[in-house]
Amino acid sequence: MKNFKKQLLAGPYLMWMLGFIILPMLLIVYYAFFSNHKFTLSNVLAITSEVNFKAILLSLKVGILSTLICLLLSYPLALILKNIKFKNQNFIVFLFMLPMWMNFMLRILAWKILLSKNGILNTLLFNLNLPKIQILNTPSAIIFGMVYDYLPFMLLPIYNSMAHVKKDYIEAALDLGASRTRILFQIIIPLTMSGIVSGIVMVFVPTLTSFAISELLGGGKVLLIGNVIEHNFMQGMRWGIGSGLSFVLMVFVFISMILSSKFGEDEKGGTGVI
Amino acid sequence: MIKKTLSNIYLVLIFLFLYLPLFVLMTLSFNDSKSKVIWGGFTLKWYSRCFKSETIMNAFFTTIQITLLAALLSTILGTLAAIGISSMKKKSKTIYLGATNIPLLNADIVTGISMMLLFVKFTNLSFVTVLIAHITFNIPYVILNVLPKIQQANKYTYEAALDLGASPIYAFYKVTWPEIRAGVFSGFLMAVTMSLDDFSITYFTKGPGINTLSTMLYTELRKGIKPELYALSTILFFTVFILLLAINIKNNQKQHRR
Amino acid sequence: MKHFFKKDFSHKTKKISLCLVLVLSLSQVFSACGKTKNRDSHATPIKNNVNSITVLNYGKYMDEDVIKKFEKETGIHIKYEEYENPEEMYTKYKSGSIKYDVICTSEYMIQKLMSENELKKIDFKKLSNYNNIDSNVLELNQSYDSKNQYALPYFYGTLGILYDTKKVSKADVQSWNCLWNKKYNNEIIMENSVRDTFAAALKKLNYSINDTNPKHLNKALSILEKQKEHVYAYMVDETADEMVAGNAKIALCYSGEAATAMESKSSLAYTVPKEGSNVWVDSWFIPKTCKSKQNAIKFLDFLCRDDIATANFDYVYYASPIKSVVKKQPKDVLENEAVFPSKKTLENCEIFTMLNQKTTDYYSDLWMKLKAY
Repeated sequence: MKNFKKQLLAGPYLMWMLGFIILPMLLIVYYAFFSNHKFTLSNVLAITSEVNFKAILLSLKVGILSTLICLLLSYPLALILKNIKFKNQNFIVFLFMLPMWMNFMLRILAWKILLSKNGILNTLLFNLNLPKIQILNTPSAIIFGMVYDYLPFMLLPIYNSMAHVKKDYIEAALDLGASRTRILFQIIIPLTMSGIVSGIVMVFVPTLTSFAISELLGGGKVLLIGNVIEHNFMQGMRWGIGSGLSFVLMVFVFISMILSSKFGEDEKGGTGVI
Repeated sequence: MIKKTLSNIYLVLIFLFLYLPLFVLMTLSFNDSKSKVIWGGFTLKWYSRCFKSETIMNAFFTTIQITLLAALLSTILGTLAAIGISSMKKKSKTIYLGATNIPLLNADIVTGISMMLLFVKFTNLSFVTVLIAHITFNIPYVILNVLPKIQQANKYTYEAALDLGASPIYAFYKVTWPEIRAGVFSGFLMAVTMSLDDFSITYFTKGPGINTLSTMLYTELRKGIKPELYALSTILFFTVFILLLAINIKNNQKQHRR
Repeated sequence: MKHFFKKDFSHKTKKISLCLVLVLSLSQVFSACGKTKNRDSHATPIKNNVNSITVLNYGKYMDEDVIKKFEKETGIHIKYEEYENPEEMYTKYKSGSIKYDVICTSEYMIQKLMSENELKKIDFKKLSNYNNIDSNVLELNQSYDSKNQYALPYFYGTLGILYDTKKVSKADVQSWNCLWNKKYNNEIIMENSVRDTFAAALKKLNYSINDTNPKHLNKALSILEKQKEHVYAYMVDETADEMVAGNAKIALCYSGEAATAMESKSSLAYTVPKEGSNVWVDSWFIPKTCKSKQNAIKFLDFLCRDDIATANFDYVYYASPIKSVVKKQPKDVLENEAVFPSKKTLENCEIFTMLNQKTTDYYSDLWMKLKAY
């Protein structure tokens, strides 16, 4: 009886959940599979049309590359940060996380200014007699922006899981004569796998689905799947196709979640996404 | 020794990568010339213009209103829900947590669009719809912060308090609350962070004339860059810096005292 | 992000974070509330509905002070929304997610909405400043609004080429071909708006800008696709900034945008190619969703008032249909092709006509094809 009363406390949330989580999802599914009250697959199959297919391929490419670069940049960083012998270790880590709290539009603005054709970087390069970089309004600029935006999201979980690795293990391995590379690959990386996986998820999903970064750094020349969906809703009045593509995106995200949770659950690191 | 130098170089490089753009924004915020390359002398005029600009200030205050309201309401709803969920049987618990995970896992753009479809179907977009959307994506973070604390807490003390004649509210306040408080606050702070950072969901659910900083910046950036925005970013950066620094320093002091 | 909090905030911070958060939130809530009460802004939506209008306009298309002045003088609060291109406006309106009271957009979109019966008639006699409007511009609007009953002209102008005289020869820009000249690789800015970019291509191919023949449209697409690798960016409101910064040498843009850019950089010039181009009239209309026609008309009348129209003209810098504003302008402004198109130019230009839904969708598909990377 007492338990039942307690359970009632979840009542408001149940209402909220049904109204604002489940119902909207059902609406997307409805718009995706029904047009004029008739069942149709055409909206979901729109993903196979040339434009949409190109867009999702490019999104996958951009997403995977940005995630990979983030991983490659932040893993060594986490290692160094962990081993740093500095009075204020926390403060150093804090400095590397801080940009995350800046509004991400402003961070993009900063790169736009830096990368622009006659911008600061190029003026500098010109004065040094070096060739200019012209990557603004190309996918490279978008990857650049994404890496910059999401680097802390990768660094955090990896650093946290690394903090859990006991020094004793490493010392024991050293005593037993293991080489540094061997320690890295056979002890540290496996023990921080859960952090790596949650970092990958935290970076991959937003980079796969973002539309603002590509809009602002792509000069209207680069179309990611997020842009296609946004266009279908905000400019084309084609809610069916937009919902169909969103549905496909949802499936993609959930597949990557399932894959990653398979990896992440092997160890009870406690740093899983959920 | 070489290794140490190398790792220091690496640290500095990443540090530059992270901070150089912000530093450029700060420098430009004091630049008297509108150009992004040429230094035209020191000025504070962009700061005064930033404070005078209704677009920026409105967006700023809307952001604060939405963030705090959404965080507060989602903390209340989420904490209640977590208490309820903790006393459920395994089956219903799984269902609840499964649904809770949806907004957490889903891409922002999909969550945003799904809510827009809902709102368009039943009402008009307004301040309230943004608020509802923010509460919705905040609640999961609160639940996930509070639930472990409840599960760690001793179940029997609360019941003992009831048996000794305490009213449920009194017992909650005296027994349960101290144990879950930390979780509730970290949930609240996370909700604040999430709300502050959100763009996509707000973009799809916002009503007329309502802009948070993110959506305001998105429209402004597509109209060309105004130097006032440099000033805004400098102000925001230092606000965040000082706030987080204060929290961290207090944390460290506490740790040492222990 | 979560992990950080878990680590740093969960166990350790209790009282401190509580105090901090409370102080912060209380002060902010108070300041926010105070602000709201004073300015009667959006925090109380119910109250606002009584005396407010929702306005939808192009980006960078109205002086901010004009809005403030209107609110001050009439006590009517304005909820101001912006959009980038007419297609975006159409969707925003049609989705019904927001009920707009007054909208400003281009003639072909107004025509489309008219054909869908979405407009309210405006009794222009109620506008005290209506006589101040140039009858020539009203005549232009008669192409779709034959009795001038629905649309109130706001600004008009042409579509043309903005170029840097130091880097592009004047002879080059006399024809649309210059936008396809490989010499300007990565130096070209096109419009991020379907019909304008297609207009340039159609004109280059010597078709009408209102051509709906799919074959011709596909031809236009194929030359645009070829052009894309030389294009620096597709932009609308950023064009002026980028040209002034010297990031591109040549841009397809609207006359007023060009005029603004030329103000800040003297080496820039604007021209309308000899093949002809598009002349457009952006007008205000009152859609069916309007809740307070009276307030909407007050707003429209306000916009036609001399001082307000002048302020908007100085800010926007497109050709104004308000006679008293034109009279005040010095000769060099009147002769500036980027501000006031000459009669000769206008004769060489077509006005956009609306497309039926099928062609609109077709255009939209082509546009996405062009944008796909």
